Amino acid sequence: MERPLTQFIKADLSMLEIGEYERAGGYQALRKILREWAPKQVTETVSQSNLRGRGGAGFDTGMKWSFVPMGPDAPRPKYIIANADEMEPGTFKDRYLLEGNPHQLLEGVIIGAYAVQADIAYIFLRWAYKLAEKRLQQAIAEAGARGYLGRNILGSGWNLEMHLHVSAGRYMCGEETGLLNALEGKRATPRAKPPFPPVSGLWGKPTTVNNVETFCNIPHIINHGPEWFRKLSRSRNGGTKLFGVSGRVNRPGLWELPMGTPIREILEEHAGGMRAGCQFRAVIPGGASTEFLGPEHLDVPMDFEAVQQAGSRMGTGTMVVLDDQTCPVGMVQNLEKFFARESCGWCTPCRDGLPWTARVLQAIEEGQGQPRDLERLALHTKFLGPGMTFCALAPGAMEPLASALKMFRADFERHIGEKRCPWREGRGA
Amino acid sequence: MSTIFIDNETYEAPDGQNLLYACLSLGLNLPYFCWHPAMGSVGACRQCAVKQFKDEKDTRGKIVMACMTPAAPNTRISIEDPEARQFRASVIEWLMVNHPHDCPVCDEGSECHLQDMTVMTGHNYREFRFLKRTHRNQDLGPLVNHEMNRCIACYRCVRFYRDYAGGRDFDVFGPHDFVYFGRHTDGVLESEFSGNLVEVCPTGVFTDKTFRQHYTRKWDLQTAPSVCVHCGVGCNTIPGERYGMLRRIRNRYHHDVNGYFLCDRGRHGYEFVNDSRRVRQPLWRPQPSEPLRPVATEEMGRRLETLVADRSKLMGIGSPRASLEDNFALRRLVGPGRFFQGLAARETQLLRSQLEILRQGPARTPSLREVELSDAVLVLGEDLTNMAPMMALALRQTVRQQPLRLAAQFKIPLWSDYPVRELIQDKKGPCYIATPLPTRLDDIATQTHHAAPDDLARLGFAVARALDARAPEPPELPPATQALAGEIAEALKTAERPLIISGPSCGNRALLEAAANVAWALCRGGRPAGLSFTAPECNSLGLALLGGEPLEAAAELLGSGQADTIIVLENDLFRRAEASRIHALLEGARQVIVLDHLANGTTEKAGVVLPAATFAEASGTLVNQEGRAQRFFQVFAPAGEIQPAWRWLARMAGALWHNLDDLTVEMAGALPLLQSVADIAPPADFRIAGQKIAREPHRYSGRTAMTANVSVQEPKPPPDPDSPLAHSMEGFHGIPPAPLNPRYWQPGWNSVQAVNKFQEEIAGPLKGGDPGRRLLEPPANSTTSYFAEIPRPFAPRPGEWLVIPVWHIFGSEELSALSSGIAELAIKPFVALNAEDAERLQLKEGDPVSLTMDGLAEPLPVKVVAGLPRGVAALPAGITPPLVRPLPGWGKITKGSPE
Repeated sequence: MERPLTQFIKADLSMLEIGEYERAGGYQALRKILREWAPKQVTETVSQSNLRGRGGAGFDTGMKWSFVPMGPDAPRPKYIIANADEMEPGTFKDRYLLEGNPHQLLEGVIIGAYAVQADIAYIFLRWAYKLAEKRLQQAIAEAGARGYLGRNILGSGWNLEMHLHVSAGRYMCGEETGLLNALEGKRATPRAKPPFPPVSGLWGKPTTVNNVETFCNIPHIINHGPEWFRKLSRSRNGGTKLFGVSGRVNRPGLWELPMGTPIREILEEHAGGMRAGCQFRAVIPGGASTEFLGPEHLDVPMDFEAVQQAGSRMGTGTMVVLDDQTCPVGMVQNLEKFFARESCGWCTPCRDGLPWTARVLQAIEEGQGQPRDLERLALHTKFLGPGMTFCALAPGAMEPLASALKMFRADFERHIGEKRCPWREGRGA
Repeated sequence: MSTIFIDNETYEAPDGQNLLYACLSLGLNLPYFCWHPAMGSVGACRQCAVKQFKDEKDTRGKIVMACMTPAAPNTRISIEDPEARQFRASVIEWLMVNHPHDCPVCDEGSECHLQDMTVMTGHNYREFRFLKRTHRNQDLGPLVNHEMNRCIACYRCVRFYRDYAGGRDFDVFGPHDFVYFGRHTDGVLESEFSGNLVEVCPTGVFTDKTFRQHYTRKWDLQTAPSVCVHCGVGCNTIPGERYGMLRRIRNRYHHDVNGYFLCDRGRHGYEFVNDSRRVRQPLWRPQPSEPLRPVATEEMGRRLETLVADRSKLMGIGSPRASLEDNFALRRLVGPGRFFQGLAARETQLLRSQLEILRQGPARTPSLREVELSDAVLVLGEDLTNMAPMMALALRQTVRQQPLRLAAQFKIPLWSDYPVRELIQDKKGPCYIATPLPTRLDDIATQTHHAAPDDLARLGFAVARALDARAPEPPELPPATQALAGEIAEALKTAERPLIISGPSCGNRALLEAAANVAWALCRGGRPAGLSFTAPECNSLGLALLGGEPLEAAAELLGSGQADTIIVLENDLFRRAEASRIHALLEGARQVIVLDHLANGTTEKAGVVLPAATFAEASGTLVNQEGRAQRFFQVFAPAGEIQPAWRWLARMAGALWHNLDDLTVEMAGALPLLQSVADIAPPADFRIAGQKIAREPHRYSGRTAMTANVSVQEPKPPPDPDSPLAHSMEGFHGIPPAPLNPRYWQPGWNSVQAVNKFQEEIAGPLKGGDPGRRLLEPPANSTTSYFAEIPRPFAPRPGEWLVIPVWHIFGSEELSALSSGIAELAIKPFVALNAEDAERLQLKEGDPVSLTMDGLAEPLPVKVVAGLPRGVAALPAGITPPLVRPLPGWGKITKGSPE
């Protein structure tokens, strides 16, 4: 089984330095396109590969690049940004790629920049990723020294500057347009769309924002072709995917597997199944802002369409498993507390609705729930939905809650009826 | 117009707008918070949710925000859809999570947009059972009060303060439900427009601190349409009174003048009306050495008849802060040849030049809204923030005009505020600011140029020359100035709506003429150039239209023995010229009769002082800097003996006019330029359904009790023979003709936002047309030739400084400076020097010096101003106590205090 993204990441997790990366075939894709390809060809190739964004929304990467205005009349400078502000609870896939093989990301970004003819690239990094910060700094310096960045890259006459920006550390900074505001030195509130970033993004100029993992796929698509990439997958979406598992499994971790690998296979073969004494109850498949899937969905293949059909979203592909020894109300309360804290405060439903949700959940968890609380929560899942709020944060926050209210209704009712959390005493309090 | 469907009814909606704008323009009720008609949509509050349907067959629809959705042809929405209604009620419920539930005792209650919108959505039961978050409030200075616990985070304040008004010391801080709107630390708000937060805030976070000191409910305020008297821009206002005390000033929307905003001087400068120094009864000085003594009005009337019996010995001194009617009444009493302007010769001359340039040249004087829509500006000599504050606010919008074209290119609607701002970033259209000192507008300037007034005029002449070879050329121009002139000329020439702004504040006529040359050169090149002059006082231009000679000529007439009785109208002459000259003038007269609001230096010298009504106690007409005549109406009938000045004068003239209309009609007949003034508002006998228009709201309380301590008999409302407004809660309460509208109120709309209901279209003209009448339009075929008197380059004199006046929004205007809040912020006396000059004299900031001008020495602290030209010093103008010198003029500066 091919694992293009992680194949060169060392077992001791030390950084793949530029020499090692080059010896493994690194920067060959860049050399190839600069020598032989027009920018448009890069975008077309990426389109043909069926690569979809790995940040959570799964938007077609080639299509995103094709929105950028091209030609001599296009506004300048154009920007390209790697979104490395990985802050979704339960998600740690980009960190692995950033720390293990930063040059792979750099090459992907540079190729992407060539495709959209960007002049300036930013890596927008989560503040807490200190090791990644150090390694990216080193990698950018190395790439510059070898002529992969800067003026007249590899003698092609094409220029690209790259900057590492370490974010101030809020969940909203990872939202595409919140990120742009943050990068401009403003509050990380989301922007109204249209216009979309490819037309008017950073400082009002055409801007392409892609996730780290998305960019890391690019050199391999160039090297091996779109057909090869599509065939890596067990589904219609091309390529492999980094899948992560956390929760009470035997081997929590991260694996690069073909897109479309079924949940059961990931949980049982790779994560080693549930820990002794723990029963599987449900899983949120793609980070905190996705709906719970129950045992009946274990055979769902992890790709964008299949998970959606099952009633959730693949998101970042990093699962959090809920077991029978953990209180589902407590788990959801923990998530909602996070989202309430991370609301940027821009729109009313999110700013004031999420804290209300979190407080109701806290009250239920602490045995102070009231029968009407479940209606209140249900109303929030409806009115904090897509279109009601300014961006996707609150709708995302409502996904685990909405599904928990359906799947764990009896548990909620028990909390309220017994005025206590059954799990708390079960732990021998 | 495009056809849209709302709840299955067909409507014609204005093109290119959003659905909220369309719904409100159509008179429908749809709640909102973050949207503001002057600032567009941002989609933050989610209050204006409606359900949108794809077509007739779509029964599910989806909830959209009306403010963020274009009102495109065939758009189909429902306001009444149950889910949309429920969502809107939920938004209020969320906003009320942390909002205090204390409306009955909240000072915003009764005019709170949040209250109105809460009622509109139907939310009425609190289900949130947890604690509210609380904030610490800040001391934001003497004008604006801060009460953050009331905040519903609509972001309007920060959008107005920063994005619209260019302020930097106010922002939004903190995340999630702890967002905080204020300064980074306590302190006086720096913006000269901070008072607008009071009206921009949809609830009571920002309230008028001066109003709080004499608070009353909105429904207990007697109000009338008025015009601001604190500068020449003529912003429309709504003053409110109770118990004979003026309580506050609010914006009165005018599409072409002030729109939705006011400056802080205009909003907070009203307290002089209540001042303890008010003259409240006729005063008589039996002997020159004796103090003034009160006299009964009837008795005074008889004495006045004797005093003015010999008309051939009378002379009148008018005022730029008195109404047209007051000035005309005086002019009529004494005769045009004996009517003087009450200004020194230099100021009279400047005003005359201004008027003649506007009357005879080909350039049009724009309204404030047209200033806003201009797309390239040259400011010659004026510090607008301090001379005409609202014009400075307009200019901040002006510089967006050229960049806004980018939005059209990207098909981003202009109402979509943040996408537009993100697209244009900090791009600014051409704006050249040439002033002696740095100004608060320099941050929006393409280029600033600081020089002595004569050199600024020379720059202007050079720009005109670069535009038209027939214009005279200033000799000996330095190459850098020449290059700048070329750049400015190019920017103006290539603009669609170029604008030149100048004014009299430097006391330099060449500046006005240079500005005229630039505008005329553009006009002759086929560009529709606007030419705008500031005016120092509320009726400066009106006074100019009435004509009259300066004070120097008055002194001559008196000296010649052809007059012995001076009548001074609402004018403290000691602010107009050096004290020695005014003493000489007043002491040379047998009798001095002064009509004014307040005791001042001039009333001190008077033999007779008559209590004259302020703008709030009288009706009349003012002409603003644009040449727009606007009527203001009596807000309340003054207590005691106070009367409008024109009534005192009418009595002296032998009961010439029965009411204001008689006077206005006579004035319009006598002066062709003022012909239309009689028509700017409906006459006093105008009635709607047989009723006068009620100045008091229908909820006005305490009517039968407020004078019960005097008599239990309810007094008859004071009559108002001068207007169709009544001092009563009885009368017409609907939407009257715009000039007569005493307040904005409609059922369900108790806040200032009720103005929506009074406009033909949102942010458009008022129903029935905006009030006021423009008196000046350029002649069809102007043949004026260019001004050719170009000043010599400024040459510093060794050991001497050219002392120029510097005006300040707070302190330079006489009446507003008496308000406590304004007084606290007022500019203090100083003499400003260039850094190099100060260094040469071994002076640093704050050091005492002596400024000697005209033989008079004045001790002053030094202020070091970077950017002030060498050899030029600046002295605050108009402040109290006045530093009256013939400015600009030459002076000597010596270290240390004078002997």
